[in-house]
Amino acid sequence: MAALGRTCLLLALAVCVYGIGASLYGARTGMAQWSDSGRRAVYALAVVLTVAFGVLEGAFLGNRFAFNTVFDTSSATTPLFYRAAAVWSSQEGSLLLWAWLLSLWSSLVLFLTRGRMREVAAYATAILLGFGGFFVSLMIFYANPFQTTSPAPAEGMGLDPLLRFPTMMIHPPMLYSGYTLCTIPLAFGMGALLARRLDAEWIRATRRFALAAWLFLGVGIVLGARWSYSELGWGGYWGWDAVENASLMPWLTATAFLHSLMIQEKRGMLKVWNTSLVLATGTLAIMGTFLVRSGVLSSIHAFGGATLGVPFVVLIAVLIAGSIYLVVSRREMLRSENRIDSLLSRESMFLLNNLVLVGLCFVIFWGTYFPLISEAFTGHEASVGAPWFDRYTVPLALVLVLLSGIGPAIAWRRATAANAVRNFTFPVAAALATLVVLLGAGVERKALAIAMFCCAAFAIASVAQELWRGTRARGSIAREAPPLALVALIRRNRRRYGGYVVHVGMAALFIGVAASSSFQHQSELNLSPGHSTRVGAYRVAYVRPTATVTPAYDSAHTGATLTLGAVLRVSRGGRYVATLRPSEGFYDSGEPSQGSVGHLIGGQPVSHVSIDGGLTRDVWSAIAPDISTPHLQHVIEVGNRTIPFVRPDEGMIAVAVMAREYMRNPPPAQFHFEVSPLVMWIWIGGAIVFGGGLIALWPAPATVRRRARALARARTAHGLARA
Amino acid sequence: MSPGHKRQARLVVALGAAVTLAGALIYTSFSAASPALSPSQLLRQARPGQQYQLTGTVVPHSVTRTGEVLRFAIADRAGGGGGGGGGGAVSVTYSGIVPDPFREGREVIVTVQKQGSAFVGERNSLITKCPSKYTVARPSAAPKY
Repeated sequence: MAALGRTCLLLALAVCVYGIGASLYGARTGMAQWSDSGRRAVYALAVVLTVAFGVLEGAFLGNRFAFNTVFDTSSATTPLFYRAAAVWSSQEGSLLLWAWLLSLWSSLVLFLTRGRMREVAAYATAILLGFGGFFVSLMIFYANPFQTTSPAPAEGMGLDPLLRFPTMMIHPPMLYSGYTLCTIPLAFGMGALLARRLDAEWIRATRRFALAAWLFLGVGIVLGARWSYSELGWGGYWGWDAVENASLMPWLTATAFLHSLMIQEKRGMLKVWNTSLVLATGTLAIMGTFLVRSGVLSSIHAFGGATLGVPFVVLIAVLIAGSIYLVVSRREMLRSENRIDSLLSRESMFLLNNLVLVGLCFVIFWGTYFPLISEAFTGHEASVGAPWFDRYTVPLALVLVLLSGIGPAIAWRRATAANAVRNFTFPVAAALATLVVLLGAGVERKALAIAMFCCAAFAIASVAQELWRGTRARGSIAREAPPLALVALIRRNRRRYGGYVVHVGMAALFIGVAASSSFQHQSELNLSPGHSTRVGAYRVAYVRPTATVTPAYDSAHTGATLTLGAVLRVSRGGRYVATLRPSEGFYDSGEPSQGSVGHLIGGQPVSHVSIDGGLTRDVWSAIAPDISTPHLQHVIEVGNRTIPFVRPDEGMIAVAVMAREYMRNPPPAQFHFEVSPLVMWIWIGGAIVFGGGLIALWPAPATVRRRARALARARTAHGLARA
Repeated sequence: MSPGHKRQARLVVALGAAVTLAGALIYTSFSAASPALSPSQLLRQARPGQQYQLTGTVVPHSVTRTGEVLRFAIADRAGGGGGGGGGGAVSVTYSGIVPDPFREGREVIVTVQKQGSAFVGERNSLITKCPSKYTVARPSAAPKY
């Protein structure tokens, strides 16, 4: 089977090379059969890579440890669900996932645009196949997922227990879909520049893909935050980690692009800006992959070897140089058709929002790559921490949320005083009411958090007002009941109202972020069973220890051999709040030097966090049980001496003795305990954003589409008449 | 002022503001950054009061815990990463959140300050190598290329 996989990769490379040649020739000569053939090469690539991915997935599910990647990241004791997800936990597998998703999304976009924009699509085909060929070559020459060892080992190393978390199944594919989708607008943008066809056609054709890229990337980011919060045992959801930042940067520029695009569609302005944003988003997506894959920021995230660094640097340099050359050489064709009439208009608000988003992106870029920058300038590697990021991103986020409330309510072209009074009375009143209520309720005076709550109230009120007015107008015209009218309103203009829903979701998300980061109580506790202690207004009591043995009874189904935990009772002012059951899983390390019993629990221990979630607050706890006590170590020593390594079943009996011993004489355990207000709203906000994104992404009814197309044709005719 | 001049003036003001902000950002990043050092470098050049990002591997059998306080030693990464090379381990006293992947032999980063002759870790600053990053170099795995 490995041979089939390797053949598929070679075939994929051949298909890429052929396809690039065919589509470039087709684009140059205008011979449609060649560009069609190039397009079909993309379909072929998708088929070949699907087979390759299927082979690898089959190897993981079938425990074929002859495959090096399967040996490294899976084992027979890894639960089936996580074996399926382990495919993309290795360098090799994730490159294959990247290439495979790229081929699927490229096929979809080329299928949907077949017969249109022939020349642009031909160049785009060549660029997409270039990316495909790049990743396939990486696999062939640097990190082949189909590398095998003979004879096949009997058992693998197992999936890193930290990755045994349900979202592992969906987080990487989402993120990679986002990254690969980001390259599609880039390919079409470059195609349009190369073909000098700079009308709005290519933007319209790929807008949905840009939106999908934005949506998938956003969902991937939120799922990653969720994983960090409920699996990593530190209780946070965002740490300004280089890899998190890498995914946030293209998301920010994509957000900017989705807004400024509307100005280009409506007023024919900002073409240079939009094109640059599209190219930047695609390049940042590639850089994100590079950052994760290359180990360039080695002091902080040395992910294995740095072998992939050089090819990626070359690719990124080519992309940046190519983008700059294309935009500069085509600048005459990218002239704006209109000017901004007034600073108080929706256009200028969009522009401001764009500047803030790009500013945010720049801050994050600078902070993320600072170790490299500092080494280049001062010769010393240095890095900036979370406080530095916060100092700049928090004010920018405030402005952004404020703008998300102004944008929907302000008029296009020029806002008048009457317009402002009509549209902003209610949102401003909502923000002020929020301020008064918060101060009246005696909320701690943390200026930035309170400012964020007021801005969010402003943004939500502004959208609510828009929805209310639209519903009322529609209700009175079509004589529909309000709920029906609201649905009809959203259906008629999905893009607009989907966007508004996204604004509400983002406001909710920022409320959660502001509240949980400003008003969190956290504490490290060292407790013995039967004892309790105070944390803020809460009392935490360690009721009793818990212990379970063997993977079959592991409550989280992650394949832990031994799970030690505790039952915590949390109360507030004598009233019961929650019962928490944090535990820590111990895993088989497969390391003979740890002994026949020692290796069974010698792998990396992983926290199973216990959360009592609520709309107003989360009570969160993790435990670090102490297994270094003499009597537990004694069990391991005796077991190691008396039980042969080849009898893990007998070893498990020793582990069971350990568990019993732990229950009998429970030592004091270390707890990390947190009370975070409104964290839930981050996930709820994320879900609302996702819903809004889907509304905007959903195809419009046929009638609306026809109308939009007629309008576009009229605009083109108008443009031709002027030209 | 003609509309053209007005636009130009606006552009200059906007660009000026952007450049000023970027300058502030760049300036603060250099002053706020703490140097990333390997243990042997730290031992050579640490000054009291200055914060450092100490990067290295946790020395086996060096981790002890008394109540809230964790003590461990960090040594240079094998293979001389960080440019330090050579031996030398730094003992660190630390309190606060200990991430799951923290183990003897793992690479960690912790923000430390020299106090007297000892190094004290900043609360909650301990970071371990991000575990999702796929390839943990396994000594037992055969070289692949």
